Amino acid sequence: MTVTTKGPLPSEPYDVTVVGAGVVGSAIARELAGHHRLRVALVEASGDVGDGTSKANTAILHTGFDAVPGSLESRLVREGQRLLAAYAAESGIPVEPVGALLVAWDEEQLAALPGLLEKAEANGYNGARIIDADEVRSREPHLGEGALGALDVPGESIICPWTTTLAYATQAVRGGVDLHLNCEVERVGSWESPPAPAPAPPPDSDSDSDSASSGGSVCHELTTSRGAVRTRYLINAAGLHADVLDRRLLGRGEFTVTPRRGQLIVFDKLARDLVRHILLPVPTALGKGVLVAPTVYGNVLLGPTAEELDDKRATGTTEDGLAGLRAKGRRILPALLDEEVTAVYAGLRAATEHDDYQIHSSPEARYITVGGIRSTGLTASMAIAEYVVGLLADAAGPDLDLTVAGDLDPVGMPNLGEAFPRPYQRADLIATDSAYGSIICHCERVTRGEIRDALISTVPPGSLEGLRRRTRARGGRCQGFYCGAAVRELFDGWGESGAAC
Amino acid sequence: MRRQRSVDVLVVGAGPAGLAAAARLAASGAGTVEVLERDARAGGVPRHCHHGGFGRWGVTGPQYAESLVEAALGGGAAVRTGVSATGWAGPLCLETTGPHGLERITARAVVLATGARERPRSARLVPGTRPAGVLTTGELQQAVHVYGQEIGTRAVVVGAEPVSYAALSALRRAGVEVAALVTEETRAQVGRARAASTRLGVAWVPLLTGAVVTELLGRGRLSGVRLRRRDGRESVLACDTVVFTGDFVPDHELARRGGVLLDPGTRGPAVDGSFRTASPGVFAVGNGVHAVEPARVAAGEGARVAEAVRGHLGGAGWPSGGVPVVAETPLRWVAPNRLVPGAAGGRFILRTAEALGCPVLVVLQDGRCLHRQRVRRRVLPNQGLYLSGGWVGKVDAGGGPVRVVVG
Ligand SMILES: Cc1cc2nc3c(=O)[nH]c(=O)nc-3n(C[C@H](O)[C@H](O)[C@H](O)COP(=O)(O)OP(=O)(O)OC[C@H]3O[C@@H](n4cnc5c(N)ncnc54)[C@H](O)[C@@H]3O)c2cc1C
Ligand SMILES: Cc1cc2nc3c(=O)[nH]c(=O)nc-3n(C[C@H](O)[C@H](O)[C@H](O)COP(=O)(O)OP(=O)(O)OC[C@H]3O[C@@H](n4cnc5c(N)ncnc54)[C@H](O)[C@@H]3O)c2cc1C
Repeated sequence: MTVTTKGPLPSEPYDVTVVGAGVVGSAIARELAGHHRLRVALVEASGDVGDGTSKANTAILHTGFDAVPGSLESRLVREGQRLLAAYAAESGIPVEPVGALLVAWDEEQLAALPGLLEKAEANGYNGARIIDADEVRSREPHLGEGALGALDVPGESIICPWTTTLAYATQAVRGGVDLHLNCEVERVGSWESPPAPAPAPPPDSDSDSDSASSGGSVCHELTTSRGAVRTRYLINAAGLHADVLDRRLLGRGEFTVTPRRGQLIVFDKLARDLVRHILLPVPTALGKGVLVAPTVYGNVLLGPTAEELDDKRATGTTEDGLAGLRAKGRRILPALLDEEVTAVYAGLRAATEHDDYQIHSSPEARYITVGGIRSTGLTASMAIAEYVVGLLADAAGPDLDLTVAGDLDPVGMPNLGEAFPRPYQRADLIATDSAYGSIICHCERVTRGEIRDALISTVPPGSLEGLRRRTRARGGRCQGFYCGAAVRELFDGWGESGAAC
Repeated sequence: MRRQRSVDVLVVGAGPAGLAAAARLAASGAGTVEVLERDARAGGVPRHCHHGGFGRWGVTGPQYAESLVEAALGGGAAVRTGVSATGWAGPLCLETTGPHGLERITARAVVLATGARERPRSARLVPGTRPAGVLTTGELQQAVHVYGQEIGTRAVVVGAEPVSYAALSALRRAGVEVAALVTEETRAQVGRARAASTRLGVAWVPLLTGAVVTELLGRGRLSGVRLRRRDGRESVLACDTVVFTGDFVPDHELARRGGVLLDPGTRGPAVDGSFRTASPGVFAVGNGVHAVEPARVAAGEGARVAEAVRGHLGGAGWPSGGVPVVAETPLRWVAPNRLVPGAAGGRFILRTAEALGCPVLVVLQDGRCLHRQRVRRRVLPNQGLYLSGGWVGKVDAGGGPVRVVVG
């Protein structure tokens, strides 16, 4: 198990290197980890996994009912939904199948519902139906006045995006993938390995790893902020920066990423009783529009906005954005606006000039781009990974042994979801270890035991923010008023001296 | 799996209010009195206020907390730390989590004394990035005084209330340069001496009035805050730390989860003059009822609730209904906010939404004037504003709501 955050990188070439440890890159690395003979690296510019778009979305496990029929996205979302739902059940990623209502607020929207129902069916989703105003009201008693009807999509679920990325990365690392953090790929060149003598394989590497000793082959040489990484095959899952890497590698690009910002407001857990379903607007040309949705952590989300920007780092929220969201939220769920706000954040969708995912294989360049994974990438992640590894197998042929996929040891992720027992509620757990009875973060009821576990886990957090995504500590309504200093003490103490929590 | 126990009085929260209530109750023979405190140490907020201004002159927060804990223990109350009340299993039965396991504690009376917290950046809807270095006074004080942590190098304090000056002194203690105090108000909300004190000593701290923080800047670590002045001018103040002070809200989660009726103004449990909530057997005191007052006010409420709790244990009925007391704009809230016949008058605490110059407070019921009181000073938002309760006897128990207005 190797996770590195600083210092030199291994000089031995990898068989496959995935750039970008978002939900997509981590899923691909996990898929490759199943092929035990390969030497695989996952390199990430940030100090943590899932630190880009993957940490800041609306956390919905989509059915894909509203995708463009026939598109790659439609297919991968549908397959990904099935794969991730099963994987979540197996590994303890919180998912709640709350269902969605696509609410029509005027006649025009009402008239659009039958078309959307047809589209859902064209996307292979047959569970949807149109319901009338009375049924809408009885199913969502706190909804604002004036809803005329809705498309009921019972298959839509809410999921924990943080645990999903972390589960993939954890399983990948345990399966033998080297995860290199704080490792930004700055340039890509080629490198010819010296023909002979072949470098002696390190003692713990597979003795039959013929790939590493095959002299004379041309590798990619990635120049990173931590030195060079050599790799025979390269997969670009760099999210918002996938287009940049694409151009660096191919000298041309197939697409340009134009970040589309989504700002969101997270309301307090005490608001959770106000809403039962994911409340979606009827989509317009501009996108899916502003929704109100519960989260698995027991909060309520309002958002996202859709703003085309040219700055790939513009993940800030704005006065206008928040005001606009509040105005829309007031119409959908008036009582929501009286509740306290726990967090405001923004994520950037990797929108391109195309209407579909941009997944391209360049066999001659031993390279695959996984770009333009716009607003459904969390859902589709596992299906994207399967698809990409399939493309890799085609591109590499006998050069990479991708035929036998072994099983990965299952992972059990810590539960952050309110619909499932949390450690502070479990007498059995506390009886075995009193640290699970010692609540440190009171708003989110995070125990000392959970914080300790996160700090010594396979992919430990690189920052307090990373710790928050693994445990929710400091993520509640007081944002650290009570627990901030205590949590920091545990984080620093662990990092510096290894002192027990 | 959960141990079941019973006590006579269960107090949630070992801050000044809860400890004072427990001390008085235990000493007066109210039976078994138990205080639950989720923190590792009892004492509430004063534990990490390492400055004078608690009770007698020169007494620091930790000393004050210590004396309250001693009084509660000396009276015979059990104070259990590291135990959180997490929910309700019945009208007077609380569920708890602690290192020794889970419990379900049934009481004959429950006193909620859960305190208040400062609203953080997010609740104030301050836009921008989400960098490290964004604090509330509560977090800052613990970081500096309890853990001795590094804070940053240059800070901006949002607010100019007493608590903002406490933040200022904690920052200075931690060796942080303070770039400015920033307030939307037209002046500091403290006495002249205190306001002037920032000009003395090592560094002069500018007070920017009529200014709001409109954006946080920086990636990873805060790099500055954008300010908008009243005339619309914008500027950026470079800093790596910002402390959002004041803007307190009662910690009402437990009350709300237990279906205890809240007052829309204070956002704490609605209480009568004896601190009875609308739920029989459940009392609420201190900052959990109305956000922040000085510690001795909270402790005073704790001491005063004891009598009503004893009355309840002795079988006195639980008054239902009562006449609501409401504060009208520009007043934001009033507490207590329910009047029941025979309950103590005491003193009413109010807050205003906008600055008032020597206001006259008028108490009305069904058009009838019950009381007029001139406040002989200028009152600013988030500042204590008090109304004496001598008029309570004149209230018509069958009449409409009692309204407090600015005359
Ligand atoms: C507002 C919003 C709402 C959304 N809602 C949903 C939803 O409800 N359901 C759903 O399924 N999807 C949703 N999505 C989409 C989903 O979040 C994304 O599709 C997904 O996170 C994309 O993952 P990724 O791994 O491609 O990108 P990222 O998570 O951005 O990962 C890319 C990684 O590459 C790294 N990187 C970039 N360049 C380099 C380099 N040169 N060297 C090294 N590393 C590099 C980055 O640091 C980053 O960590 C939403 C997105 C947004 C913005
Ligand atoms: C930053 C700051 C600075 C201040 N400075 C001064 C000052 O200089 N002078 C002054 O006189 N006053 C000061 N005050 C005000 C004073 O501290 C408060 O008025 C006083 O502490 C209120 O007492 P309390 O008992 O109502 O609440 P708190 O002191 O807040 O105590 C509430 C207690 O309840 C506990 N609790 C809450 N929920 C649960 C639960 N579910 N289970 C178990 N335990 C729970 C909390 O952990 C806490 O210990 C300051 C307040 C703050 C926030």
